[in-house]
Amino acid sequence: MDKMFWLTAEPIDSNEVIKKVVRPEAGAISTFIGVAREFTYGKRTLFLEYEAYVPMAEKQLSRIGSEISSRWPEARTAIAHRTGRLDISDVAVAIAVSTPHRDDAFQASRYAIERIKEIVPIWKRENWEDGTEWVGSQKEDVSYKDQLPKEEEIERG
Amino acid sequence: MVNVLFFAGLKELFGKERMSVEAGGLTIHELKSKFLSSHLESLDQAMTAINEEYADDAVVVKDGDTVAFIPPVSGG
Repeated sequence: MDKMFWLTAEPIDSNEVIKKVVRPEAGAISTFIGVAREFTYGKRTLFLEYEAYVPMAEKQLSRIGSEISSRWPEARTAIAHRTGRLDISDVAVAIAVSTPHRDDAFQASRYAIERIKEIVPIWKRENWEDGTEWVGSQKEDVSYKDQLPKEEEIERG
Repeated sequence: MVNVLFFAGLKELFGKERMSVEAGGLTIHELKSKFLSSHLESLDQAMTAINEEYADDAVVVKDGDTVAFIPPVSGG
């Protein structure tokens, strides 16, 4: 697979994501691995389901890669996100960023995960012991009524 | 015809994941009021995408476009 940004219904191998950003110019590779959490404030999750608007989600992940390149021109980024059912501790998202020096890699990988949580059309459904819930969808604690969060609003670490 | 897509909670609310509406020439705002008024409040919590790019309520859609309603995302 030549893609640097992709969704998959299969388990994610983090090493596959890391390999995408290995190159001689890099002195640092920072990774972020998001995994399915069992307990959230004492509430037990049995498993998660991720739904996505796949073609748009891949475009938005790619857009995050472009945003990173404009902020950290020497960075190379790869991101994989899971869809479908995930058991506890399964990898939901794997991000790898390589840069010549470590500080940029740390900052850029942090930027990537924060941005994913804002603009990539992927939804998590919690399957609790006592019911199910689309996270963020019906709680009205997050509203995009006014506007899409802008790049400039993300703190550059 | 304009294709409309629903995801996650909105898909459950509308009881379907897609529909086609005669909305060519209307703005997103008008499309929502005319065809989807049963759940306007929930739609207004969502972002809108036309042909896989985010767009605001004032944008006019044309025949063949795909309009997706994107409830607050929770990936990662």
